[in-house]
Amino acid sequence: MKKIKFILYIFSFTLLFFNNLEAENPDQVDKISKNLRCLICQGQSVYDSQSDFALSMKILIQKKINEGKNENEIYDFLKNKYGDWIVYEPEINKNTILLWVIPLILFVFGGILIIRKVSIK
Amino acid sequence: MMIKNIKFIIIILFSLFIFLIFLKGLEKPNNYLPEKTSNKIETNLSANKLYDQIEVSLGELIDNNNFSIINIWASWCLPCRDEHAYLLNLKRTNNINIIGINYKDKKSNAIKFLKDLGNPYSEVLIDPDGTKSIELGAIGVPETYLVNNKNKEIIKKYIGPLDDVKFKEILKIIKNEKN
Repeated sequence: MKKIKFILYIFSFTLLFFNNLEAENPDQVDKISKNLRCLICQGQSVYDSQSDFALSMKILIQKKINEGKNENEIYDFLKNKYGDWIVYEPEINKNTILLWVIPLILFVFGGILIIRKVSIK
Repeated sequence: MMIKNIKFIIIILFSLFIFLIFLKGLEKPNNYLPEKTSNKIETNLSANKLYDQIEVSLGELIDNNNFSIINIWASWCLPCRDEHAYLLNLKRTNNINIIGINYKDKKSNAIKFLKDLGNPYSEVLIDPDGTKSIELGAIGVPETYLVNNKNKEIIKKYIGPLDDVKFKEILKIIKNEKN
């Protein structure tokens, strides 16, 4: 009985080990797909979604990585096809500069207010 | 007492105002569809044909005619069945070069679908893992693109099945551009 348990344990361990080994650079695909909005189930990322669109998108990202494209090239390719909206993190340009700068301004402004209030006391 | 009443009324009015704004917001459809995208067709995008498995590039298929229609479909997609009559009609009346892209489908099912409903396509390409459709800028099935063959640009993208309105629009565009 003990022997069987031991063999079963070893078997499941090696299975798990091979499973990890087989998955090739999943980090890069995960990282990119987490920053992509799924257009079918909006509100989910491509990484989270199991829709046909998202599944194909993950395969496509893997293909592009195998072709030697880097992260930004893949984003540019997809933005060209689907518009800027597909990435969660918009790039800085004329249209999005306010989006990036306003939180910074608010943060600095709030900080100044707090410092002044504290120093007055 | 009076001031207290006014405060109360202001709060009520303000809440009502916000409630109405949110209520109005609920009606607004907030599904995003890609608008400002590139209209150039990837002419070097190649895929296998459904019937004989020969690889062919999209550029070769939209070479000679004035206009082409690229239609993404699947046998498991119900709206595709509905729009199929429009495609057959376009092929019959205007003899438009229609290229079908068979999205994530079984070969036998796809062939049966065309056998049962008729085949409007000049050529059917297969896309077993959905990546070709994404390279074309598609979200799902069915999708139809009207392509100008001269400059290899998409004139119009239709997401969802064709209907009477879209069908008439396609005919109108073709008629106008031909003159």
